[in-house]
Amino acid sequence: MGDDGDSTECRRVVFVTVGTTCFDALVRAVDSQTIKKELFTKGYTHLVIQMGRGSYIPTKSTGENGSLDVHYFTFSSSIADHLRSASLVISHAGSGSIFETLRLSKPLIVVVNEDLMDNHQSELAEELAENKHLYCSRPQTLDRTIADMDLKSLLPYSPGDATPVAKIINRFLGFLDD
Amino acid sequence: MDKGNACPYASMASSVTFCCAIFAITLVIIRIFYVIYWGSRPHRTRAPQPVSTLIVLGSGGHTAEMLNLLSVLQKDRFTPRFYIAAATDNMSLQKARLLENSLADENGVQTSETAQFMQIYRSREVGQSYITSVWTTLIAMMHALWLMMKIRPQVILCNGPGTCIPLCAIAFLFKVLGIRWSSIFYVESIARVRRLSLSGLLLYKLRMADQLFVQWPQLQRKYPRATYVGRLM
Repeated sequence: MGDDGDSTECRRVVFVTVGTTCFDALVRAVDSQTIKKELFTKGYTHLVIQMGRGSYIPTKSTGENGSLDVHYFTFSSSIADHLRSASLVISHAGSGSIFETLRLSKPLIVVVNEDLMDNHQSELAEELAENKHLYCSRPQTLDRTIADMDLKSLLPYSPGDATPVAKIINRFLGFLDD
Repeated sequence: MDKGNACPYASMASSVTFCCAIFAITLVIIRIFYVIYWGSRPHRTRAPQPVSTLIVLGSGGHTAEMLNLLSVLQKDRFTPRFYIAAATDNMSLQKARLLENSLADENGVQTSETAQFMQIYRSREVGQSYITSVWTTLIAMMHALWLMMKIRPQVILCNGPGTCIPLCAIAFLFKVLGIRWSSIFYVESIARVRRLSLSGLLLYKLRMADQLFVQWPQLQRKYPRATYVGRLM
């Protein structure tokens, strides 16, 4: 996992996504020198940030003289393409982003937004982190997570199945099984 | 006439009204228990005909989960289908439309024959305080009542957004009043691992959902009347 950049001239992209939310704390964190340096030493070459409704503007960089190529945008209809071309995904804790990334078997760090009022989102990320499908972090600990992560220890996620629910609903309503 | 103690008719009339009120309330309570009791039991007769189905969509992850469920449900049984999403959410209905259009193409029919799409005022936006949501919930209730009178579904599928609460409450009311018997299925979002969402908790505690499904075993242990069905995503 994570070493699929060889075919494209060692282009290894870190894709950061906040979905439709506003998550400046995450954008600010990945824009910090410590994290950019950490990612660069880990072998990543590009940092692409989808910043959503946030107001913090990260600093663009062309990636010359030994640093990350940084580039950002607010929204895009081709998030799936960005995920597919990424070697590492850093995402907000929305279940849509999480499962889309896991289904593509991309290494994933989920960063929980602690500013949300009803913060149930950490539940899912923590549960999946416990089962070693991803790493779960916070904006202030993201640098440590990146430094300590071992992407080879992550386990692939097998997609769920809706047929059991469908079966129960059918039986409940008196439809015969086929 | 003033309320003197020398007027036996007035006191008799009031005690008659009181008795009638007590009687009516008792009937309603009995009816509510009847609805709760029979609602949570599987139908004993075979369903001979397709059932009109209301599908409540929520934002982002909720919709993805619901569409996953719809993709495995037999479309000829659950028809016609009515989709409702929050007025502020255009994405969800668009995704449902895509699904319905591809189904219609397969079967060579018009989407308008099998599915309808509607929007509803939201009872609570993400981040809105619980106090102001009392007022917005009332408005949403009125709108939901109007929609439910038009649709009168036999089956309701919902999975989390607050939008489903007014709709389910009205469906329950319709059951109590004998207007329409509908089966309410609630699938708690996969994002809920340790606690039910506010919507899930309300439907569970008030016993409005006939079947409440959860996607994590630890959640089923905490809410024993729920049914564990494994992950949908």
